[in-house]
Formats: sequence, C-alpha cells, structure tokens
Amino acid sequence: MHDTGGIENNRRYEGNVCVKDQVDSYVTEDGRTIGPVVMEMKNITLRFGGVEAIKDISFDIREGEIRAIIGPNGAGKSSMLNVISGFYVPQEGEVWYKGARRPPMKPFQVAQQGIARTFQNIALFEGMSVLDNVMTGRLTHMKTGIFSQTLWKGRAEREEIENREVAEKIIDFLEIQAIRKTPVSRLPYGLKKRVELARALAAEPLLLLLDEPMAGMNVEEKEDMSRFILDVNDEFGTTIALIEHDMGVVMDLSDRVVVMDYGKKIGDGTPHEVRNNQEVIDAYLGVSHD
Amino acid sequence: MPEQLAYTIEVFLNGLMAGVLYALVALGFVLIYKASGIFNYAQGVMALFAAMTLVGIQNGQVPFAHLINAIFGTDVHKFGWSVHSFVAIALTVVVMIGLAWAVQRFVFRHLVGQEAIILFMATIGLAYLLEGVADLMWGSELKALDVCAAEGVCLPQGLNSWIDETTFETFGYGFFIDNLDIVASIVAAILVVGLVMFAQYTKQGRAMRAVADDHQAALSVGVSLNFIWILVWSLAGFVALVAGIMWGAKSGVQFSLSLIALKALPVLMLGGFTSIPGAIVGGLIIGVGEKLFEFLIGAPFLGGATENWFAYMLALLFLVFRPQGLFGERIIERV
Repeated sequence: MHDTGGIENNRRYEGNVCVKDQVDSYVTEDGRTIGPVVMEMKNITLRFGGVEAIKDISFDIREGEIRAIIGPNGAGKSSMLNVISGFYVPQEGEVWYKGARRPPMKPFQVAQQGIARTFQNIALFEGMSVLDNVMTGRLTHMKTGIFSQTLWKGRAEREEIENREVAEKIIDFLEIQAIRKTPVSRLPYGLKKRVELARALAAEPLLLLLDEPMAGMNVEEKEDMSRFILDVNDEFGTTIALIEHDMGVVMDLSDRVVVMDYGKKIGDGTPHEVRNNQEVIDAYLGVSHD
Repeated sequence: MPEQLAYTIEVFLNGLMAGVLYALVALGFVLIYKASGIFNYAQGVMALFAAMTLVGIQNGQVPFAHLINAIFGTDVHKFGWSVHSFVAIALTVVVMIGLAWAVQRFVFRHLVGQEAIILFMATIGLAYLLEGVADLMWGSELKALDVCAAEGVCLPQGLNSWIDETTFETFGYGFFIDNLDIVASIVAAILVVGLVMFAQYTKQGRAMRAVADDHQAALSVGVSLNFIWILVWSLAGFVALVAGIMWGAKSGVQFSLSLIALKALPVLMLGGFTSIPGAIVGGLIIGVGEKLFEFLIGAPFLGGATENWFAYMLALLFLVFRPQGLFGERIIERV
C-alpha cells in the first residue's frame, strides 16, 4: 500500500516556507500519476463572530488528483471550499497556490486565477440558455475588450468561435447537447447540476471545486455524476477538490480524503486509511465528544 | 383623406415621438435595476445633471463659480471660450463615468446586500444631493440647449418641411413633425440597438447579463461585480445624457427636467422593470396613448388636461391585471 503519510515528511521547509517537494509526483496503486502540490492550506482558522467554523486546518491538494473533503453536517466543509474560492477570508492562516502565497482575494480574482467552482444549491443564470451559461464560463478567457471588439472585428470573431468550440466540446462531453438551447430555469435538478459542472469546466480550470455535486440526487444520477467527475479528471487532467457527506461515493472516487468534524481536521489520507481511522469512525457513528 | 383621420394620424406620430423620450428615461432605470436591483430614483436628476454639465461645458462656464467667488473673493464666471458640441458631449460622458464611479465607490459599495428599500432610500438621497451639486456647479437659471447650432449635429433644416410637402401631395394633408423629434427617434433607435448588441456580443455585455441574473454565479465565473456596477451606472448616465439633451433642447435645461423620472414610472409599470424592449414599447404606448386619449376623448368630453394623469391611470390598470408588465419576468410564487 502506498504510504501518503510519507509525502508530508518528504517536504523540505525553510522556516515556514515549503521550498520544494522532494517527491514531486508519485503513482498510486491503480496506476494514476499524482503531481506536485498545487494548493496548500496552512493553519486556516475561520470565525463567524464567536463561532469557529474552521479551527487551524492544514492540508494540500496535488495536481491531477481528486481530493475529497468529507465530514458530517456542519463540520465546516463548505466553509473550507469558500475559503479556497475566496468567498470567505480566513482570520488566520495562509493559502498557497501554485507555489506562492495568495494574498486575500475577491472571488472573481480567484476565478481568474484558474479556480472554478460549483455551488451546493446551484447558482446558474436562470434566465439564460444552457449554451449561454456554459459560455459565461469562458469569460475569463475572453481577452478583447469593448473597444478592440469594435475596432478589430476579425479578432473578436475568431475569439468568439474558439470559445464557442470549447463550450460545445464540454457540452458534448457532459452529454447535454439535447438541451443546449433550453432555458436553464426549465431543467430538472439533476441536469442543472450537470450544467453547472459544464460552466465550471468551460473555464478550463487548473483546480475545480465541487460543493456537494451529488446532493439531492437519486442513485442513478449519482452514478452518472461520479462517472463524469472521473472522466473529467481523466480526460482533461483537471485537479478536483470536492465536498461530499456521502462516504460511499467519496471512497470510490477520490485519491485522498480530508475528514472534518466540528471545524477540526480529524483525518487525512487515502480512502483506505481514512476508513480505518478510529476518530473518523467515531465521528460518523456518533460517539459523544468529551 | 378625411380631416379627422389625418389629425388623428398626426397626433399618433407626435405621441410616438414623445414616447421615445419617455422610453429613454425608462431605459436608464431598467439598466441599473436589472444589474443591481437598485431602483434608481435619481435617474431624472442624472438627466438634469448631464444636460446642465453639457450646457455648462459648451458655454465655457467655470464650474462651482459661485463657490469659488464666495471663498476667494474673485469674480470669475466664464473661461471665455465656447466648446464644440461633440467635444462637450464627450467631456460630459467622461463626467458621467466619473459620477458612476463615485456613486459606486462612496454609496453602493457600502450597501451591498442591503434590502431593496434601503437602496431605494439611498437613491432618493442621491437625487437631492446631485440636484444640489448641479445647482452649485452650474447655477440654477434656465439655460437654452442647442446642440445643432451651426455644427451639423441635426438633420438638414428642410426635412420637416419636406415631409410636410410630400405628405400634402400624396394625401392632401401635410403632416407636421418637429425636426428635433425625428433626431430624437433616430438617436434613440441607434442607442437601443447599440445597447442590445453590447449586451449580446461583447465580453462586458455578457458579464453584465451574468450579474443581472445571479451575483454569486457571476463571481464564480470571474466577473467583478464592482466593475459591472460602475459600468451600468455609466451606461445609465449616458442614457440620461441623451434624454437630457433631447428634453433640454425641447423645453430648456431647468430643474423641472428632473421630474421626467416620474413620467418614466408608468412606462416601467407597463414595460416591466427588467426588460429593455419593454421600456421602449412601454414608452411608446404611454406617449401615443396619452396624446390620442387627449385628442379623441379628453379634449372633447372631459374638459382636457388628461395628459397629466392618463399615464398613471394606465399604470394602475396594469398593476391590477398584469403586475409584471408586458415584458417583465413572470412572478411565480412557489410554495
């Protein structure tokens, strides 16, 4: 069995700064190559008034992996995702992205840095068609501004065509061609989730954050979604961090899992390691905290 | 052609022209309301402010002249030059963009996430503040606005007489349409087509539609809400400038210009608060409706002066039977 605990120890620090991973990448049991660390959370603490939603949590996300954050309701998983995507700014701790410390940022700036996300309770542009929704995902890739768009019509058109091609490719990939012109407000829940995934993918993100991608779905829809997540990771090599409270799904899907409970990290490792972690078992079976 | 029918047609045409102006003002409301959920009571004052700034720049007036003179004991009023209309319009656009930035930076940035009524109250405050600033900057006397003055912004002077003559030859009745009205309609049409193209085909337009639809989702695809809000306030400022020019050229630049905002309210009830085509069609319906009603029913049977209340009565009827307006998003309550 691969020992992920070893990764932690192989890192070389100068003071508080991680200079370089001695192990830049490794191959998992089932032959998947996992790259170097792309995002690292260091001692993150997030408070709302007097309530500590996240207490001193550190973990990292490696390139090309599917990283899950799990935990019971109210464990602080969503808060953690919101910290990564810039919706919340933590009071303490550092966020490291692509080898540099990330200053406090607005969500739109985070998005421009190549981090796309979906939301637990779906945030789509209800008034637009599926295609238009997916096209908004291309906004960060649209370079030409108002003036050049009127001056250099040719370049703007070429860019539009390129963006359109990417959008169509993703629509094909997620098998939503049949509804591309349908207004999103008319779609059922499961399809909306898929459109939201399509929009996030259209940004061709380096890191894709999925907030409970399978919440509220039936078994069949969950299987579909799991397949898409794996395919996306496989086909585009997108690094994915996802939140889920359904343990079963996560264990099959992810390379490494962070387990949170009451805002604290209680486990971190491969699904197998996490499954055998006593603290995790307690949290999920509900052993009293004392 | 029977006399009565010919009159009716002329009234109809004049109504359309008046409607264009209502539509322009309503358009400014819709732009801001869609993107930020703010009902901008100050839209009318913005039109006044824009028109006053334009006239002030054109005539080479020193801004804040009274204030400067009072503080420094000087006596300056004019720079002593006059500025070409096009340059003056361009400068006014710059001022309106500055205003948009200031409004966003000093008012609405601090009110993000507040309730609609609070935002509305803020715009009322803004309206009176802006009115005061306009007064302080350019003085409160009535000014004539003439963008045409020998600079060829207007259509050839002969156009309305040409229409008059041609229609007289064909129908035996010459229609009189004001030159300014024709210009206003053409400008408004260009403006609307331009806005729609902008919203549909440019990056910023797409981002604007995204913000109008869902703030959180817009953030997640990398759109800066702040930038888009400044953008829509600038656009609304530009639309206000156009409305201000048209209205000001008709009846002079004076403080009553800010009251056109009230005329835009029934237009919005009809067209819906969120629809650009709605603002246009609503404006035209109100314009035509009030002129025709006055001509056919008001003047002969009701003793006239129905133009003052017709629009509001129509709006009331709409509120009762179709509260979302003609084009507004349908209001569906899910339980």
